Amino acid sequence: MKFARVIGTVVATKKDDKVEGRKLLLVQPVDISFKPSESPAVAIDAVGAGEDELVLLVSGSSARQTEATTNRPCDLVIMAIVDTVEMRGSVIYQKGVND
Amino acid sequence: MFAGKVIGRVIATRKDPALDGARLLLLQPTDWSGKESGDPIVVLDAVGTGAEDEFVFYVGAREAAVAVEKIPPIDAAILGIIDGVTLEEA
Repeated sequence: MKFARVIGTVVATKKDDKVEGRKLLLVQPVDISFKPSESPAVAIDAVGAGEDELVLLVSGSSARQTEATTNRPCDLVIMAIVDTVEMRGSVIYQKGVND
Repeated sequence: MFAGKVIGRVIATRKDPALDGARLLLLQPTDWSGKESGDPIVVLDAVGTGAEDEFVFYVGAREAAVAVEKIPPIDAAILGIIDGVTLEEA
């Protein structure tokens, strides 16, 4: 899984029936310093994430393993909202503090 | 399957229900001699390691989900703690 920041929403009226009703969010993948690491992408939101939140992304065919994405054409899903990250004994991210 | 070192953990209260009770760890990918390479990733702990600096092997992509009974949405999972590696001299 990778860390990403939610940076926006994507609205599409005409779309494949299987993504109907799914929330599409624009996410910016970030590295362990929480700096942008690659190009932004569109993900289906399975957990009710909001703008600016730090989330976890699952990519590839594993992205279809959430209730929101089962048997749907999806290769990127938000499956967790990050509260805390600890690395080598220190807290390097705390929701609400490092946002 | 690849080698890596546990360097921390990630706490997420709001997550997919299939991940309830799962431990998410921060893992630094390494080569088989333990040398670090690339960016850390978040992995699910399928074997109960958890100790920092533990040398482990992990599986990526959809196969990771199969390591857990509920088949949760994960794309990387720790499968074992490495006791030793024997490398043939090239």
